[in-house]
Amino acid sequence: MGQRMRDQPFHHTLMVRKDLCQGCTHCMKRCPTEAIRITGGKAQVDPERCVDCGQCMAVCPHNAIVIEQNDFQQIFHYKYRVAILPTLLIGQFEDDVSEEAMVDALHNIGFTHVHYAESGVDILKTLGKKISVYADQHPVVSSYCPAVVRLIQLRYPALLPNVNLMRTPAQIAALYARVVLQSEGIDSEDIGVFYITPCAAKYAQIKTPGSATSGLIQGGLNLDYVFNLMQAYLAQHPNRKGEELSRWERPAITGPAFLWSLTKGESAMMQGRTLSVDEVHNVIEFLELVEDDRHKNLDFLELRACDTGCTGGILTPRNRFLATERIKHHAATLPKELHEEDKARILSFSDQLIRNLKTDRIVAKHSLQLDRDVTMAIRKLEKVKRITEVLPGIDCGLCGCPTCRSLAEDIAKANASIRRCVVLKLTDPHGLNNLAKIWGEVIQKDQKPSTSEV
Amino acid sequence: MHVSFQVQAGDFSNAGKVSSTVKGILKQLNLGPVHVKRIIVALYEAEVNVVAHSYGGTITCEVEPESVDILVCDTGPGIPDLDLAMTEGWSTATTEVREMGFGAGMGLANIRKNTDRLAIDTGEGKPTKIHMCFDLANGAAHA
Repeated sequence: MGQRMRDQPFHHTLMVRKDLCQGCTHCMKRCPTEAIRITGGKAQVDPERCVDCGQCMAVCPHNAIVIEQNDFQQIFHYKYRVAILPTLLIGQFEDDVSEEAMVDALHNIGFTHVHYAESGVDILKTLGKKISVYADQHPVVSSYCPAVVRLIQLRYPALLPNVNLMRTPAQIAALYARVVLQSEGIDSEDIGVFYITPCAAKYAQIKTPGSATSGLIQGGLNLDYVFNLMQAYLAQHPNRKGEELSRWERPAITGPAFLWSLTKGESAMMQGRTLSVDEVHNVIEFLELVEDDRHKNLDFLELRACDTGCTGGILTPRNRFLATERIKHHAATLPKELHEEDKARILSFSDQLIRNLKTDRIVAKHSLQLDRDVTMAIRKLEKVKRITEVLPGIDCGLCGCPTCRSLAEDIAKANASIRRCVVLKLTDPHGLNNLAKIWGEVIQKDQKPSTSEV
Repeated sequence: MHVSFQVQAGDFSNAGKVSSTVKGILKQLNLGPVHVKRIIVALYEAEVNVVAHSYGGTITCEVEPESVDILVCDTGPGIPDLDLAMTEGWSTATTEVREMGFGAGMGLANIRKNTDRLAIDTGEGKPTKIHMCFDLANGAAHA
């Protein structure tokens, strides 16, 4: 399994629609890993650098960055269709939609069973009396946000031993849902577990073969799409009440678990000194510090790529602050502890659950290196240094690279020509010709260097 | 390749900037996380020493495919008893420095632990020169 994971490239779910992209550079400037270049007037995402955080999609003024669509009908390939829904789904609705109505709508659009993803927190707590974590190195870094895990794999490989290997709540909830159904004599082949995803990163994780969700979750469903189906159902059936609503089993969850996906929701339940950082640029700033290994007093780090936590996911239709408030409001109505019968039910499956609670170790995927070979990398870095000295240093982005430095790196890696620099072209066209001769004229896909010749 | 930096005495708010910059360089060179970490830990300690105890100085790094050499030179006032200074926990840092989170007396001991070869030239009233060598051969680049 480990070996297979190492060889698997990431599956990316974000795509650029060339027909809509204006090449405006918003996404390129925002991308936290400098994964985007504008080539031939269109944005291109480097799959080696992208962590699926979705910042580009959020910032695009032309709606040209889209998430891969999934076929909702796929759920009907299964006789038993389990929805694993993040609690933040309730935050997407106004107060007049009750939890009962929401669960009713989910059943009526096609699901046979409904579980909160965060109920995995209660399962874990019931099995171990506390929320256990498992990592080889201190401080423990949460593995909850897959965009953050990808970021660590690509840019902070020294921190991989810090990543918590305990399964995430959604994975545990999926595992539990399956174990319970199987105990009722249902064939595993007939069970389809679907996660309703608020973001690109979680969807990408589900789509990556050999990832932590493999085997547990059969598919991801985009939250905005499911939200639309539910809203349509609610609009067409406005007066359902009483018996009609209460016939479904209410998904069991405690108040603290309900808050898990929000910023500080996870760290609040951890032992020792904890810290929460949200929004991917903040996370990067903080990972740099953690990597320097001078913060041994911290025990647990909750790091999330989205502002406010998962309510900030790019597929969430409602304002993240309003959604957060509704979730907190609802959580206050929930019990602090599970009912004894729910606990007993979980404990009756403890053998099957406990042996499946940990994921494989996570492997590095380097993205920062200029070359695999150190000698070549040194040569290229010296070149980057010299090129950077010539470039204007104003990071205008007109060349299609986010910074002058990144253009220099692309030139050193033979992925671009210095002719792309618009400032040099205007101020010193003759000098630019000479520089292009020195540093190379690249490249197949580069924008028609012949026409810009002076 | 060769890079060098100036370090200001007493500029605690910028202590660590040089080691962060060097870290970025080493990561781009694909030296491997284990090497990067020990080089940066040693360099950070040396950098803080210059800020906390000296009149200021320079840091020069030479990166070769097989080794990284770092020379940290300050302009004094020197370390009177080097053996004592190498002892874990021994520190001359003032209360003010300690309150900022520095001066735990692990500096030189930490440097020794993380370097493959270490040469320190110092003495009372003299500049201090610390030469740190890191071999990259042992432990593969991808370690």
